Amino acid sequence: MGRWTKFIVGAVAVLVVALLLARLVSNEYFFFAGYVVLQFVVLATAWNILGGYAGYVNFGSGAFFAVGAYTAVALIKAFAAPLLLQLAAAVLVSGLMGLAIGAMTLRLRGIFFSIATVAIAVICETAVLNWGFVGGARGATVLQPPAPALFASYARLLFVVMSLLAVLAVALARYIEISWIGRGLRAIRDNEEAAESVGVPTLKLKLFAATASGALMGMAGAPFPLYMSFIEPTSAFSLNYAVSALAMPIIGGTASWAGPVIGAVLLGSAQQIVTVTLSSELNVLVLGVLLVAFVVAAPDGILGLVRRLLGKAGAK
Amino acid sequence: MSFELLGEAIIAGVLLGCFYAAVSVGLSVAFGLLDVPQIAHPAFLVLGAYGAYYLGGFGVDPLLAGVLLTPVFFLAGLAVYRFYHATFESRGTDAGLRGLAFFFGIAFIVEVALILIFGVDQRSVEAAYIGKSISLGDVRLPMRMLVAVGVALVLTAGLMLYLSRTFTGRAIKAVAQDQTALALMGADPVRIKQWAFGIATGTCALAGALLIIVAPVEPGLGRLYIGRTFCVAVLAGLGSMPGTLAAGVILGIAESIVLTSLGASWAPAVAFGLLLLVLAVRPAGLFGR
Amino acid sequence: MSEALLEVDAVTKRFGGFVALSQVSLTVRSGERLGIIGPNGSGKTTLINCICGSLYSDAGSIGFDGVEVTRFAAHRRARLGIARSFQVPRPFSSMTLAENVAVPLEYVAHRRSLHRADVSAEARAILAQMGLADRADAPTLTLTQVDLRKLELARALATRPRLLILDEVMAGLSSVEVDEMLGIILGLSRQGVTIMMIEHIMRAIMRFSERVVCLDAGCIMAEGTPAQIVQDPNVQRIYLGD
Repeated sequence: MGRWTKFIVGAVAVLVVALLLARLVSNEYFFFAGYVVLQFVVLATAWNILGGYAGYVNFGSGAFFAVGAYTAVALIKAFAAPLLLQLAAAVLVSGLMGLAIGAMTLRLRGIFFSIATVAIAVICETAVLNWGFVGGARGATVLQPPAPALFASYARLLFVVMSLLAVLAVALARYIEISWIGRGLRAIRDNEEAAESVGVPTLKLKLFAATASGALMGMAGAPFPLYMSFIEPTSAFSLNYAVSALAMPIIGGTASWAGPVIGAVLLGSAQQIVTVTLSSELNVLVLGVLLVAFVVAAPDGILGLVRRLLGKAGAK
Repeated sequence: MSFELLGEAIIAGVLLGCFYAAVSVGLSVAFGLLDVPQIAHPAFLVLGAYGAYYLGGFGVDPLLAGVLLTPVFFLAGLAVYRFYHATFESRGTDAGLRGLAFFFGIAFIVEVALILIFGVDQRSVEAAYIGKSISLGDVRLPMRMLVAVGVALVLTAGLMLYLSRTFTGRAIKAVAQDQTALALMGADPVRIKQWAFGIATGTCALAGALLIIVAPVEPGLGRLYIGRTFCVAVLAGLGSMPGTLAAGVILGIAESIVLTSLGASWAPAVAFGLLLLVLAVRPAGLFGR
Repeated sequence: MSEALLEVDAVTKRFGGFVALSQVSLTVRSGERLGIIGPNGSGKTTLINCICGSLYSDAGSIGFDGVEVTRFAAHRRARLGIARSFQVPRPFSSMTLAENVAVPLEYVAHRRSLHRADVSAEARAILAQMGLADRADAPTLTLTQVDLRKLELARALATRPRLLILDEVMAGLSSVEVDEMLGIILGLSRQGVTIMMIEHIMRAIMRFSERVVCLDAGCIMAEGTPAQIVQDPNVQRIYLGD
C-alpha cells in the first residue's frame, strides 16, 4: 500500500482543487477549455497503455472516442439515460471494439494493428454517417439537463466529472505500469519473441492493453455530446483526436503515466491558445511537426529530457 | 445479382484493380522489399496528385506532370530514407514504434500542408482522355481507366525488368533477402536500399497523377488508400511485381462486386477485410516464399 | 536408465518450397547432455524454434514430460519447463539486468504470488550465479557480448527449467570465455538440468556432450557419442568434403 499513498493524496488534492475551481472561478470559458485539456489527459493516458507500454501504435483513437460519444447519444435518444449509465455503456462498447480489433490483428506484426485502427476509423465514421437515429451527417442536438445544486452551470459539473475520469484513467495506467502486467508489457515492447520464451503470455497481455486502452478512450468521449450540446460526425471523428492522442504521450514521454499527463496539459493548453488566436489547421500542423521533431530528436519525450537534466545535475 | 451485372462488376473491377496495382507498386518496394513501415505512401500519392493539379494549372497534361515530377520525388525518397535509416533503422529496439510514428507524422504534415495550401475542396484535372469512354459491345470502358491500366502495366513491367535485369535491381532483391551476404560481396546495403526507396517514392509522382486522373482528390484521401495499398502490397508477396498486378486486380474485383451488391459505404472495409484474410491464411502473399 | 524428457517425433517444417526440417526424430533423456552440430542452414535453429514454440511444425509431434506440446504457445512451454537462449542475445533493453531476470521469475517461477522484494532478491541471486551481481542495476546497453550471453542464461534459469536449450551461446567468444561459459553450463547440468547445446565450437561439444546429433539439410545424419561422431563418415563428409 505504501506505493499508493502519495498518489492517492495527490489524486484527492486534484479533485478538491477541481471542485473549488468550479465554485470560485467566474469565467465560463475556463471550464470549457479545462474540460478539453482533461479530456486529452484521458485520451493520451489511454493511448499510452497500448502504445507506450506495449509498443502497438493506434492511429485511430478518434474512432474509439467517437464511438464512446455516439454510444452516449444513442442512450440519450433511446431513454434519456443518466450520465453514469452513458459512461458505463461507452466503456463497454469501446472496450469491446478494442478487444475485437486486437483479436484480429495483435497476433500479427505491429504495423498491421496500426493499419487496422485506420480502417476502423473510416468504417466507424461511415457507419455513423448512415445512422439516422443519432442524426447521421446532420448531427444531433443534446439537451443539457439542469445543473445540480452545487454547480453554477452544467459545464462546471462536466469539468469536475472529467477531472474524476482523468484521475481514474491515470490511476489505472499507474497500476498497470508498476505491476507485473506493466513489466510484461515492457518485455513485449522490448522483444516480443524473447518475452514469449520466458513465459510472458504476450497475446493475452496485448489484448488486455488494447481493451483497457479502447475502454478509456470511449470513456473520454461519453460526456462529449453533453459538453457540446450537439454532436456531428466530422467533429467527433476529427483527425485531431487521433494525432493528439499519439503526439501527447510521445512528446510528454511514453515510459510512465506522467508523460501523457504532461503532454496533454502542455499541448492541450497550447492548442486552446493557438486555435483561438491563429487557426485550427495551423494548430494541427504545429502538432504534427512537434510530433516528428520529438520522435526524431527526443524519443523519451519531455520526461526523458528532464531525467537527463536531473541526472547531470545530480552527477555534479 | 444478375449474371450481366456481375460481368460488368468484374470488368470494372479489373480496370479498378490495375489502378490499385499502379498506386501500390511503390509500397511493394518500400514495404514488401525493404520492410520500411511506409504508412506515408498514400500521402505521397496525394502529394503527387496535387503536383499534377498544380502543373495542370499551367496547361500540363497530368500524365506528363507525373513523369516530370518523378525525378523530384525520387530525390525526396533518397533523402527521406537516408534520414529514416540514420535515425531509426540503425538503432533497433523501439525504433519500430518510433519509425511508424515518424511516417504517420509525415503523412499528417503532408495532409495539413495540402489543406493550408489548396483548401479542403476537391480538385480535379482535365485531359483529352478524361470524361470519354470506349464502347466494346454492350460494355462502356471509361478512357481514364484504360489510361490507368496502361500506366499500371508500364510501372509493373518496368520495375519487374529493372529488378531482374539490371545490376542495381538484382542488388535490391538481394538486399531484401540477405543484407549481410550482400555486404560481404562488396555492395553497400544502405545505399542500395536508399536507391530502392527513391524509386518507390518516385513512382508516387506518376501514380499520384493517376489518382487525380481517375477521380477528384482532396487532402484527406490518403487515409482511404492506406488499407488498399497495404492490402495489395501484402497480397502480392514480398515485393513481387507480377504479384502486385494480380493482387490489385483481385482487390479491384472484390471491391467492385461489393460496391454493386452492398453499396459504396462498405468499400473501405473490403481492402481491410481482404488484408486480414491474407494475413490469416497466407501471410507470404501470392508470390512470396 | 532415466526416462525420456523430450520426444520429437517426425517433425517437418517448410518455408514455402524450402524444407527446413524433414521427419526429424529425437529423444532426450532426463538429465542428459546432448550436443547438436551441423553446418549453417542445416535446420538447427529451426528445430529449436519448433521445440520451444517460436514456430509451429507442419507435421510430427513434440512431447515434453509426457505432455503433447506440439500446438502449445511458447509461453506455455516455458511454464512447463522448456527454456532457451537465442543465437543473437535478446535482452529487454529498457530494463536493468535485475528487471530482465525478474520477468521470468514473475511469470513462470512464482506466478506473481511473491512479494516484490523477494523477487528482487532472487533475481540478484541468479545474477550472482552468473557473475553479474555487481551490475544488477545497470542497463543492458552497457554489457559486453559475454555478459549478454550470461544474461540470456540467467533469464533462462529464472524460469526454473527442466530442459535448457542453448543456441550457439559461445559464438564469438574468446577461448577463455568459452571455458568460463562451459564451466557454468556443466555446473547447471550437475544440478540436474537437461541441456541441449547447439554449437560450432567442437572443443566445447566434445567436452560437454554425452551424446551428439549431427544435422544436415533438415535431417539427422548421424548420432552417437562424441568419439563416435568424430569418426562417422557422414559427419566427416559434411565438415571436410569428399
